[in-house]
Amino acid sequence: MKTKAKNLEDPAIASMEVLGVKLEEIPRWNCCGAVYSLSEDDLIHQVAPVRNLIRAKEQGRDKLATLCAFCFNTLKRANLLMRENAEKRNTINSFMDEEIDYGGEVKVVHLLEVLRDEIGWEALAQKVKLPLWELKVAPYYGCTLLRPREIAIDNVENPTILREFLGALGATPVDFPESTRCCGSYQIISNPDNISEYASDILNSALSHGAEALVLTCPLCDYNLGQGQKELMKKHNEFKEMPLFYFTQLLALALGLDSQACRFELNYGNPELLLREKGLLS
Amino acid sequence: MSVTISPKRLRSEFVKKVKELSGQNLQLCYQCGICSGNCPAASNMDLSPRQIIELARLGLEEEIAKSKTVWICASCLACTVNCPRGFDLSKMMEAIRLLTLRKNIDYMRPEDISPQERCELPQIAMVSGLRKFTG
Repeated sequence: MKTKAKNLEDPAIASMEVLGVKLEEIPRWNCCGAVYSLSEDDLIHQVAPVRNLIRAKEQGRDKLATLCAFCFNTLKRANLLMRENAEKRNTINSFMDEEIDYGGEVKVVHLLEVLRDEIGWEALAQKVKLPLWELKVAPYYGCTLLRPREIAIDNVENPTILREFLGALGATPVDFPESTRCCGSYQIISNPDNISEYASDILNSALSHGAEALVLTCPLCDYNLGQGQKELMKKHNEFKEMPLFYFTQLLALALGLDSQACRFELNYGNPELLLREKGLLS
Repeated sequence: MSVTISPKRLRSEFVKKVKELSGQNLQLCYQCGICSGNCPAASNMDLSPRQIIELARLGLEEEIAKSKTVWICASCLACTVNCPRGFDLSKMMEAIRLLTLRKNIDYMRPEDISPQERCELPQIAMVSGLRKFTG
């Protein structure tokens, strides 16, 4: 976020300020470990996400909002474990000797949930200065905001949160069947060929349903779909490049923030070209 | 594929450990194949997710070791949320990966990632990938 996904974070901070929400970064945060530990006996990897939750509790906060979809998944699952599994909670708490005890008191939310549940789509729509009319955007959820079921921010089978978000910004949401399909995730480091295959399925599906761009929430989805497109363009001349936007960039744009806040220059491809075509960027 | 099953294998250390690490009751699965149907990576797997469950509960460790399926899985949980029996296959896949990694057998070497890729990849790709593929 601080180095490779500034175009996710910078527009988020600027937009939330416009919406009257001041985001406060937790002190001494650490990497959450990126993936939730799926093994019953592997408690050591729960320590990293739990430490972040403790930092939030120490600040007297009852809510922790995340921007990164990976962090959201790992923190929310670890939080649930600490809340519901007394035996593991005790082991983890006693292992972290110098930390205060933690029992899942902090609520973990994703920024999209803050927009939906605390600001509300109607209030958001009223703050829009530059409605994204005519921009046909396909919502791409990926995995970590929706699976497993117990931490999902929306209906697992038929999520609508990004569609509603786009609607509030005045854009035209384009539904497509691959919106919750995995981009291949960390397989990029071991089986990159598979990633371009998945990217091809996802992007071609969005394209065939009439999308001009894809909106996403996760830095790894962004990277994989961007890299996948590069490979596809090398192999297939006819492949049409599709701009990828973080949801926070479209939010900042619609709220009337300048390109310094939106950080489109850091995106894959050339999203500014599409925005100029639509009269959304001068 | 022909395999030999035996009561000894059904009670093998491998089956016991897969159950322990995954926390899953392997007998829940009734082999409907919804996991394979929902898996976005199934076309790149030599054995389907459904077949891996069957082999695991029969204790056919060597057959699973020959397959690359557990290493193609990206833990996307499409199987988990769609299983009509409430079986969390992502946890079983993780258990099988860990049983290999804990024997100090890595699936990949970090040094095989080129310096350029290391600079470009988002940190979450490196952290999650190295956690899944190295011990």
